[in-house]
Amino acid sequence: MSLALTEEQEFIARTAADFVAQKSPLSRVRELRDSGDELGWSRALYKEMAELGWLGIATPEALGGAGMGFAELALIMEELGRTLAPEPLLSCVLMGGQALQLAAQSGTEADLQRAEVWLPKICAGEAVIALAHQEESNRYELDECDTSFRVESGGHFILDGKKIQVLDGHKPDAFIVSAENEDGELSLFWMPADSGNFSTQRQFRVDCRSAAILELNGVRLPPDAMLGKPGLGGELLEQVMLRATTGLCAEMLGGMQQAFHLTLEHLRSREQFGVLIGSFQALKHRAANIFIEIELARSAVRAAAHALDTLSGEDPELAKLVSLAKARCSEGYLLASNEGVQMFGGVGMTDEYDIGLYLKRARAAELSFGDAAHHRERWAELSGY
Amino acid sequence: MPQFNSDPEAFRGEIREWLQQNCPAPLLVPRIGDLQIVWGGAKFVFKNPHQKEWLARAAEAGLTAPEWPREFGGGGLSRAQAKVLSQEMRNLKIPPPLIGFGLTMIGPTLLQYGNEAQKLQHLPGICQGQVRWCQGYSEPGAGSDLASLQCRAEVSGNDYIVNGAKIWTSNADEADWIFALVRTDPQAKKQEGISFLLVDMETPGVSVSPIKLISGSSPFCETHFENVRVPRSNVVGKVNGGWTVAKALLNHERSMIADTFGVGGGLPRRSMADFAREYLPCDEDGMIEDPVMCDRIAQFEMDARAFGLTLQRSRDAARAGQQPGPESSMFKVYGTELNQRRHELMLRIAGPQALGWQGPGFSSEELSLTRAWLRSRGNSIEGGTSEVQRNVIAKRVLALPD
Repeated sequence: MSLALTEEQEFIARTAADFVAQKSPLSRVRELRDSGDELGWSRALYKEMAELGWLGIATPEALGGAGMGFAELALIMEELGRTLAPEPLLSCVLMGGQALQLAAQSGTEADLQRAEVWLPKICAGEAVIALAHQEESNRYELDECDTSFRVESGGHFILDGKKIQVLDGHKPDAFIVSAENEDGELSLFWMPADSGNFSTQRQFRVDCRSAAILELNGVRLPPDAMLGKPGLGGELLEQVMLRATTGLCAEMLGGMQQAFHLTLEHLRSREQFGVLIGSFQALKHRAANIFIEIELARSAVRAAAHALDTLSGEDPELAKLVSLAKARCSEGYLLASNEGVQMFGGVGMTDEYDIGLYLKRARAAELSFGDAAHHRERWAELSGY
Repeated sequence: MPQFNSDPEAFRGEIREWLQQNCPAPLLVPRIGDLQIVWGGAKFVFKNPHQKEWLARAAEAGLTAPEWPREFGGGGLSRAQAKVLSQEMRNLKIPPPLIGFGLTMIGPTLLQYGNEAQKLQHLPGICQGQVRWCQGYSEPGAGSDLASLQCRAEVSGNDYIVNGAKIWTSNADEADWIFALVRTDPQAKKQEGISFLLVDMETPGVSVSPIKLISGSSPFCETHFENVRVPRSNVVGKVNGGWTVAKALLNHERSMIADTFGVGGGLPRRSMADFAREYLPCDEDGMIEDPVMCDRIAQFEMDARAFGLTLQRSRDAARAGQQPGPESSMFKVYGTELNQRRHELMLRIAGPQALGWQGPGFSSEELSLTRAWLRSRGNSIEGGTSEVQRNVIAKRVLALPD
């Protein structure tokens, strides 16, 4: 495993950087927010990303993808993270899509058929699948779930409960919902948008990432709605979230670099006391610390993405590297954006300046999928102490 | 001198066989401790005859300096071959035949800046372990502001007359030669009046006194020059051009320090958790009960892992033929500070057992831990302080204004 980029990977990163610079400037996030856009992202731009092959880059060719890996997908997420691009790669490609893809690898005939129908649509940017696992009381624990399912005569499933902050969950084509039976077995269920007995309500988060509340009031699903084999839903969700967390980390890596870039430009141009403030050693040393944190985060993200491509899902080394990446990115992004606002001074507090958008995203990303303390605890557990 | 295949993989088989045949079996140990280190030089006392034999055989084959040209006593190996050699030595648990400033600092500098006569005079002696070198950079009045150094060399016929003092000259009392920065033009701006001078430690007027540190005795010395006569031909590079040579050598030094401390040089390779289990209450599954300590250990281990991955990323990029990235500028500062945190955490874990200085009631491991902690405080000072390193990052990498 090499942590250096290959020529092909460098090309992918450059292409993504050019595309993001031209088509997805940060101003777009502000416009979508201020216009109260119903969707919160652009279907047309999402389609263009699909045409570049991004959405299926880590999906096998047989299922409509490019058959590359997470090392490549992470590079794209990193570039998108630089301008906080709101398109639903995290929710749909890395969460919903990966749930379908992983279920197809080890599940039933129905899983395979579902993947064959929906993954090509996901890769083509024609379908949005949202994963609903977050609840009011489970915080970062994937094996805790209050939403319930029971089996009716005839094998139908009945789901009841409430999910919150379902990413891009206000207008998807289908949901994948986690629920537990009375024996405490967790499963994931395929729930198309035309199922009855549920409601969604859009949520507005501090970081402008689209999310929704999903209430399930006796949703009735057919016998083949369960993803994967019975009783293995917890493991499936765990594997999906390793991928999603790595994708989020890559996005955070891009965001912290951009926040730092803006800050450095400010330090090189703002004058006070008759000199450029970047000449002050008190600021230089803090800038050097941010630089170091970003380089460490980059190594951790790259290692986690490579591990997804090379290690088996059960290998504790994989989970450790993902936790390492999330802990590092959580702290690195917060440092870069907190320090950014401070170094910008008063204007850093204004909505007009961009640094505040990074501060908001850094905090939202930190508190998604486990903060640094959560992942340190996980690291310790996986290491046996 | 054996001829090896230039293809790295064919070389692997050949070198493995050569190593197995030539390294005396008693030297094979899982970990290299101080006792196994061969520094070389006229005053060095071998701990056993095997060390001496291994040095002689390795030097004869050019393997003490694998990548140096053969004409100067090196092995003439390619980068790829040298990498295979170090991998195979690690696999076979073979200790390096020789280490020291000659191989890691002055040798590479002479190869870059020395003239033919200087290379022929000094490099073979380094490769054979006959000459040990020390470094004369810092002065009592010139630490971080190294360029303000005052040790002066004045022309007298074909010689210089050197007067002044150097401090932190590690192992000067064991060394045969010193490479020193001296002021040859007191009128010039401070960086421009410095020359890089090689001095035989046996020359009359050179005296050495050891320095005792907060951690106890140390290899550091203060070296005094009183009317020391040195041939003018001992200047490396241009007269008054020593600052360029000095900076090139500092790069070798910093990468060496980062390598050593980043991976926890000097401490047992046991995991921090295993160390903690000896001192802290654990449940029957070996889980440490104190959640705060658990968090601290995880924090440290994760920082160390991220640092290790960054070193790896840098090496992978170099191997792929890419230019060194900006990440390399952080290795010294982060590696040394990580090493300090490692020691501090171990002290906290050991609790009152970490308070020993000498005598009864403390294990030898505990006593050395305490001293290693004290010594580690110097890591962020020596070889360029963390503050200077951060200045360098801010200027060179982040392009912040002066």
